[in-house]
Amino acid sequence: MFYRDAGALKTSYAQEQAIFPVALDRWAVMALVAVGALVVPFVAGPYWLGSILLPCLILSLAAIGLNILTGYAGQLSLGSGAFMAVGAYAAVNLVIRLPGLPFPVSFVLAGMVAGAVGLAFGLLSLRIRGFYVAVATLAAQFLIEWICTHIPWLVLNTPSGVVSTPTLFLFGFGFSSVPSRYLVAFVTVVALAVVAKNLIRSSAGRALMAVRDHETAAELTGVDTTRAKLTAFAVSGFYCGVAGALWAFLYLGNVEIEAFSLHRSFQILFMVIIGGLGSILGSFLGAAFIVLLPVAIANAATLFGEALKPDVLANLELMIFGALIVAFLIIEPNGLARLAVKAKERLRRWPLPY
Amino acid sequence: MSGQDPLLSVAGIEVMYGRLALVLRGLTLSVPKGGIVALLGANGAGKTTTMKAIANLLRSERGEVTKGAIHYDGARIDGLDPSDLARRGLSLVMEGRHAFPTLSVEDNLKVGAYSRSDGAVAQSLERVYSIFPRLKERRNQPAGLLSGGEQQMCVIGRALMARPRMILLDEPSMGLAPLLVEEIFSIMQQLNAEAGVTFLLAEQNAAVALRYATYGYLVEGGRVVREGPARALAADPEIRASYLGLDASAEADEASLAARRRPRWLS
Repeated sequence: MFYRDAGALKTSYAQEQAIFPVALDRWAVMALVAVGALVVPFVAGPYWLGSILLPCLILSLAAIGLNILTGYAGQLSLGSGAFMAVGAYAAVNLVIRLPGLPFPVSFVLAGMVAGAVGLAFGLLSLRIRGFYVAVATLAAQFLIEWICTHIPWLVLNTPSGVVSTPTLFLFGFGFSSVPSRYLVAFVTVVALAVVAKNLIRSSAGRALMAVRDHETAAELTGVDTTRAKLTAFAVSGFYCGVAGALWAFLYLGNVEIEAFSLHRSFQILFMVIIGGLGSILGSFLGAAFIVLLPVAIANAATLFGEALKPDVLANLELMIFGALIVAFLIIEPNGLARLAVKAKERLRRWPLPY
Repeated sequence: MSGQDPLLSVAGIEVMYGRLALVLRGLTLSVPKGGIVALLGANGAGKTTTMKAIANLLRSERGEVTKGAIHYDGARIDGLDPSDLARRGLSLVMEGRHAFPTLSVEDNLKVGAYSRSDGAVAQSLERVYSIFPRLKERRNQPAGLLSGGEQQMCVIGRALMARPRMILLDEPSMGLAPLLVEEIFSIMQQLNAEAGVTFLLAEQNAAVALRYATYGYLVEGGRVVREGPARALAADPEIRASYLGLDASAEADEASLAARRRPRWLS
């Protein structure tokens, strides 16, 4: 009734290709961004802001990075944690060793370093296909973890191997409070998500999807498949690298390799699969699902009070988490983003479906 | 062929798969500018391998051209990347309708214009839609959900988006209803007449192919065993018997079978 495309006459290709063709969508997303930037940081408490929304946002960014590589270009990667690590280690070195550099510049440079490392491992994918690419990225994970723990220069010669990150300063303002850190992450993630969405809609994005759908046909059609794959690896590395830098500086407050283990790579892969392969929206939904679900389960468990012992509860959480993932994938194998699209289709016809 | 300079010429190529199976044994053909040339032959004769050799797609199947040369527009093209060929105006439409299944029809077509940078993509899109009105109706649907014939149109339309001078069509009629086959072939003829697009066509369906082509090659066992203007081939009694299934009198059949059974290395 309210959510409709009737009455919205499209008179040009540009209008038809708008990101949000339905007017209500456009307004809703703008409102969401405005609320996220202007209301949430002043209303939400430090627990929600710093322990739930912040990691959710940063992991969404990493999920977008992996989605560009795996969801759009079809190259399965198990190395996103390692690319995050490259970004985090590069950022901490840039910020501490070059204090004159404004931190956004350092973070962009850190992302580019991660992108370059991604590109290097992408070169392997030119010779191999399918599962073998996944194995190559797994090698990247182990190799980068090893390098980060065995070269003292990278951790500024800290004996423990864990570097505390300094507070970020921009124009004399220090981003140490929770709302300010949240805002840095929010602005970065929204900006990069818009860039990713537009990349996907461009000719370069279509080339990625063509390679995913049928590599030989893409090549015959004139797509430079080498370039397309390497672009995907570099862009994905950049996104994961920036996410890693944000993770270390804004969320953890230190840089250590434990935060970027294979476990992290799998976590991001789950986000992308549950959220929806080949969907930017899905990256956000998947990250929210994986971050919020354990919190929700733990909160639900408190209803039972003392009846559940903590050790039982911990195991129960994992079991319910696993069961819900399986359940969601049975309900909608194409991910939460697909569910959202279906819901929208239904909403278009409400209240008079045919 | 006489008089015209060929746009594509294949001179005595041999193709070997995995250093074991010799599939093409010195195949020679030439396609004149603005012609429609048909490549006929039974299963396994080497039609698709010829197409793949021209488009340099054999590498991924461990095949290679071990002898001979392929020239397109006066330059040697063996060893060039398929995407380079697309940029030079040579497009291959593979057998089996390989549209990008999850991309919308319109995105499929836009990928076809990937190598262009002239800014006139919108006009080409309109042109393809005017040739295949059915694609316009379905332009926002994923190509994987189209019927077989529509996918074939989508793939041909995608090839047209690169504004090719020459299209290699491999088995365009495969699995399509006879009426749709006629439609696709007549669109090919129209493109040839109006836009001067040159076609090389590999086809099992010899009857239809010879009706639309100007010249034909009959491939058997990896080499050309017969060639001539399409009308002459269509009238040839042996071809009529063994490829068109006409004149199926017992003697003619027997004779042609015997001729085909005769080992080629003796001839």
